[in-house]
Amino acid sequence: MYVEDTIAAIGTPVGEGGIGVIRVSGPDAPAIARRIVRRGNENGDFESHRFYYGMVMDPDTADSVDEVMAVLMVSPRSYTREDVLEIQCHGGYLVTRRVLDAVLRCGARLAEPGEFTRRAFLNGRIDLVQAEAVIDVIRSKTEAALSLAQHQREGRLSERLDAVQGSLRHGLALIEAFIDFPEEEVDSATQGEIEARAREALARIDELLDGFDEGRVLREGVSVLIAGKPNVGKSSLLNTLLREKRAIVTSVPGTTRDIIEEVVNVRGLPLRMLDTAGIRETEDIVEQEGVRLTLEKIPQADLILFVLDGSRPYDDDDRMILDALAGRRSIVVVNKSDLPASLCLPGDLEGVRNVPISTATGAGIDDLREAIFDTFIHGHAIDSREYVALSQARHRDALEKARGRIVVFLENLAVGHELEILAVDLRDALDAVGEVTGETTPDDILDMIFQRFCIGK
Amino acid sequence: MEFIDYDKQYDVIVVGAGHAGCEAALAAARMGCETLLLTINLDAIALMSCNPAIGGLAKGHLVKEIDALGGEMGKNIDATGIQFRILNTRKGPAVRASRAQADKQHYRLRMKQVMEQQERLSLKQAEVTGLVVEGGVVRGVDTRVGVRYRGASVILTTGTFMRGLIHVGLTNYPGGRAGDLPSVGLSDQLRELGFAVGRLKTGTPARLDGRTIDFSRLEPQHGDDPPVPFSFSTDRIGQPQVPCYIAYTNPRSHDIIRSGLDRSPLYAGVIEGIGPRYCPSIEDKVVRFPEKDRHQTFLEPEGRDTVEYYPSGLSTSLPIDIQWAFYRSIEGLERVEIMRPAYAIEYDYVDPIQLHASLETKLVRNLYHAGQINGTSGYEEAAGQGLMAGINAALRVQGNDPLVLDRSEAYIGVMIDDLVTLGTREPYRMFTSRAEYRLLLREDNADLRLRERGHAVGLVAEGEYQRFQKKRERIGAELARLKGTKLLPSEADPDFLSTFSLTALQNALTYEQLLRRPDITYEELCRIDPHAAEVPPAVREQVEIQIKYQGYIERQLDQVERARKLEGTPIPAGFDYGAIPGLSAEVREKLAKFRPDTLGQASRIQGVTPAAVGILSLALKARG
Repeated sequence: MYVEDTIAAIGTPVGEGGIGVIRVSGPDAPAIARRIVRRGNENGDFESHRFYYGMVMDPDTADSVDEVMAVLMVSPRSYTREDVLEIQCHGGYLVTRRVLDAVLRCGARLAEPGEFTRRAFLNGRIDLVQAEAVIDVIRSKTEAALSLAQHQREGRLSERLDAVQGSLRHGLALIEAFIDFPEEEVDSATQGEIEARAREALARIDELLDGFDEGRVLREGVSVLIAGKPNVGKSSLLNTLLREKRAIVTSVPGTTRDIIEEVVNVRGLPLRMLDTAGIRETEDIVEQEGVRLTLEKIPQADLILFVLDGSRPYDDDDRMILDALAGRRSIVVVNKSDLPASLCLPGDLEGVRNVPISTATGAGIDDLREAIFDTFIHGHAIDSREYVALSQARHRDALEKARGRIVVFLENLAVGHELEILAVDLRDALDAVGEVTGETTPDDILDMIFQRFCIGK
Repeated sequence: MEFIDYDKQYDVIVVGAGHAGCEAALAAARMGCETLLLTINLDAIALMSCNPAIGGLAKGHLVKEIDALGGEMGKNIDATGIQFRILNTRKGPAVRASRAQADKQHYRLRMKQVMEQQERLSLKQAEVTGLVVEGGVVRGVDTRVGVRYRGASVILTTGTFMRGLIHVGLTNYPGGRAGDLPSVGLSDQLRELGFAVGRLKTGTPARLDGRTIDFSRLEPQHGDDPPVPFSFSTDRIGQPQVPCYIAYTNPRSHDIIRSGLDRSPLYAGVIEGIGPRYCPSIEDKVVRFPEKDRHQTFLEPEGRDTVEYYPSGLSTSLPIDIQWAFYRSIEGLERVEIMRPAYAIEYDYVDPIQLHASLETKLVRNLYHAGQINGTSGYEEAAGQGLMAGINAALRVQGNDPLVLDRSEAYIGVMIDDLVTLGTREPYRMFTSRAEYRLLLREDNADLRLRERGHAVGLVAEGEYQRFQKKRERIGAELARLKGTKLLPSEADPDFLSTFSLTALQNALTYEQLLRRPDITYEELCRIDPHAAEVPPAVREQVEIQIKYQGYIERQLDQVERARKLEGTPIPAGFDYGAIPGLSAEVREKLAKFRPDTLGQASRIQGVTPAAVGILSLALKARG
């Protein structure tokens, strides 16, 4: 619903942070600025795009709420192209919430999720694909993800989709020609041409879809579970990757009884590391619980680092873990390479990548980082300008749909189905691609998209 | 100039008696309006100025729709056709189309007769030189001889007549069609009223003397036997049928064409109007496809009482000496005599984005445009618009809302929506690919789609309507029967089971499920189902198509449903786009120029982005 009222929201993530930003957009923004931000002796209009130091005052009691920096961006030179006020206050849930309350009591309305971006879109500042990329910019956990989101915003994805559409349009045009000019029959050469165009589109879609996994990996990060029997050095491995001591490391087996999660940045790839309780047959009830939790987590992880102790022989506990890992994406990490080797890897582990390391000396850690990275990112240089990955589930769905239609189309073409039936599938494929670029998106799809945006941007 | 007022007031005045004008006048009169039809030449009513044929791909669909709505074109060709064919029989049912050769003179005479016998319809010969417009409302028309006819509404169907200019080589002269005067003055007035008037071009081949054609050297092409009628009201075609003949140009023909290009008005730049890309002249074909060493032509008979033949695809505006040499270079035409030379014609049209979907102009109330004046080409396109303009003028006079067919309902709806939302820069022709719901818009179900509509406005006679209702009921009953009847593997004919590899069948299959299989037709079903044989062919056809294509048909119906929201959101007349924040200047300008009637129309205007449609939709919701 586009009504020209004034909206406000906290623009920074919930929780503790150095600063919090309250964003206000709409015609009342300048008045709200004058009313609640006291700037020493100044009390006239805010100059556009100038930072002011001041205090936010409670509009009813005139009590001071927080010390802030405030900036007014006058329409259209703002994110939404409306008048926008941004107030930087101290971080933290309570303070930001109180500043927001002050703004709301001046007549602003709490923004709906994604409403700022929606306004930016509706006011023609950004297109649909760009709008969706904004959320990724905000959510980017790492530089690689940020660069992906920026590429998308700059229309790289649109370019690739144009190429897909081009192939589909070409194929469709050939079919339509034969329908509307019946004196000609489709000869095998033309049928070959139609098929070639469809396969070309299919290949382009597949390329984009292959990139989707990588796109998701870059945006959301991947979960990496560290599994192994007790005292093989799982927590040490985590700490080494983190380069700081977070998990408790002792030489008493079974120290880590709950699951510890940490985010590690490996060459721009965010890893959500899960350190787990060691898995072994045990009588200890608390430890049993830890083992149970670990086993439950295994199927949810994107990658499992199966840690073995290179200085001890392979035993039944190791075998039990290996059984639990069946079919999962794994890397075998042989720790304690600094000690005399007495581990002999069983035949089952042949073909699984294994990396010898030593958490004590740091040997092999870089190789492990490399191995983890390679598992997810195949041969693409992340910061290359050519790198385009699909990172929105909606994009993937649309392309999957287009792909499905093209596959049906090719099947129907092979069995010699009627041309107008062939045309339906090809046209649907074209429309599906159009949904990503925003060409055929009806209003309710827009609503769905904008609901996905977090408050504040 | 002082005009003599005619002492009768009409409800609807139709200007022009071509294929649009005839449908418009008949519809208005049949709906109870006092109707006046004015034409420059009463001997040229429903004259086929170009090829002697009705129908073809997408055009046949239009004719069936016109017929279902209660128009005359289908009945007229059924009564006067001399060769009927169904095209695309090897493709699916949605793109099969009917086409018929017409006996050109019989076609016009029969139409004239129908018009003359129509109650409340007057036919008069007169050249309309201007409209009477008072306060933005049309009140009547003025004619060359100084008579003013007053009418509550006016429908302009001027064809190629407004400022018509005929070209043969570098010679040109004013004419509405070879042998007829042009209409002068009317388009100037339209310009003065504020209409954007443009110029288009079309062409027609020479007419050849059949006595000088060596048919023994040509390949005949016969029609279907028995001929299948267009109209849902026609039972059978009785008149004798005749063949067409196929001939080919050759490299020598092309050399002749090339030798005359310097005297082609098209290539010399004399013609300013834009011609149709899909119907190129022979010089266009030779220039654009130099690698082709022959082009096909059908020699179509112009009638059974005449020796004139129409060589399709060989239209030209080259000089007459080139025409003689060119036609005679074709095998079988070595001695051919030209009875009427080929020519190109330029004419004025009015940009159709200035129309509502009812075909009423946005500038002048109660004024309607139909046919070539809207930039279309083709008899069927004209007739479809004429019918809708006639219906809507009558509905207006009677104080009712207009009838607007939407894109999911009829090719007529697709055509008019295309015209009023996109406009056209070249002569617009219907193609099946223009219809996004093509699988729904079939010739075979035109009655199921539109009979009800035609009946509601009073154009479908009671008898025809009852016949339709009966058919619809039988289709419903047969679909239900097939759904409810099961083939039990234990009781079924083992021959049938083995023919269709059903011997391993465990569970019972319904007849509907059987018929869904591509290899089992109704004919096959008759082997095990004694009832199937009793089902009339028209019902059988519907049932079979509906079952076999159900998956695809349902998909299209889903799409229609999703589009309905946009189509059903009206934009109030005079809506101020300037007052909506967030629209780009370009979009605002487009919307202000096109003035769409619905959000659906707005979404199809080129340059109107989905974002803009989103904003518009929100702005409209905010108002509502």
